[in-house]
Amino acid sequence: MSEHKIIDAKNTYCPGPLMELIRCMKQAEVGDTLELLSTDSGTANDVPEWVAKIGHELVHSEQIDDVWHVTVKKIK
Amino acid sequence: MTNRISIICMSGEHEKLQMAAMVASVGAASGDDVTVFFSMNAVKYFVKGNEDSAPSEGEFGATALGREGVPTFRDLFQQAAELGDAALLPCSMAMDLLELKDGDLMGEFGQSTGLTKFLSDAEGSQVFTF
Repeated sequence: MSEHKIIDAKNTYCPGPLMELIRCMKQAEVGDTLELLSTDSGTANDVPEWVAKIGHELVHSEQIDDVWHVTVKKIK
Repeated sequence: MTNRISIICMSGEHEKLQMAAMVASVGAASGDDVTVFFSMNAVKYFVKGNEDSAPSEGEFGATALGREGVPTFRDLFQQAAELGDAALLPCSMAMDLLELKDGDLMGEFGQSTGLTKFLSDAEGSQVFTF
């Protein structure tokens, strides 16, 4: 059963949110989705770049109030 | 083909240590093959138990880098090794002059490495110097 996990990396600066996502991704199972919450403006560009490079799937990305919500599915 | 990144980290300035650690951690965690060669003033900041902050070059290091939520350069290098298998290699010349032995540095550090070996391993890779 795939899980959806929230990673709260608000109020940390680059590369904190990305590193937190990568740490959680290593522990996740294939098929799990991880939703990264970040107030760092670089996250919106950096995370999709990393996802494309590694080969995971970017499910959703939007800014709600001051917080970016970037959801990534683990593919491999 | 895996991208290879070689970083020469020799400055003892906070901003340069931070930038070297950022490049190492993001590169390594993104699947790049990262080697960091530590020499000169950078080495002493990685001696076990040394939690000294590095002096700033300017205002950014003095204020912005001290803000809550900014990862420390030590944590970032540690993550580079743990999450991305980065090789953190102290320069054998610096280790000799500082009278340090393998094992005196943080646990993530590898064996003392000579410049010749580093240069031969770095051949054909992207090289960054801080």
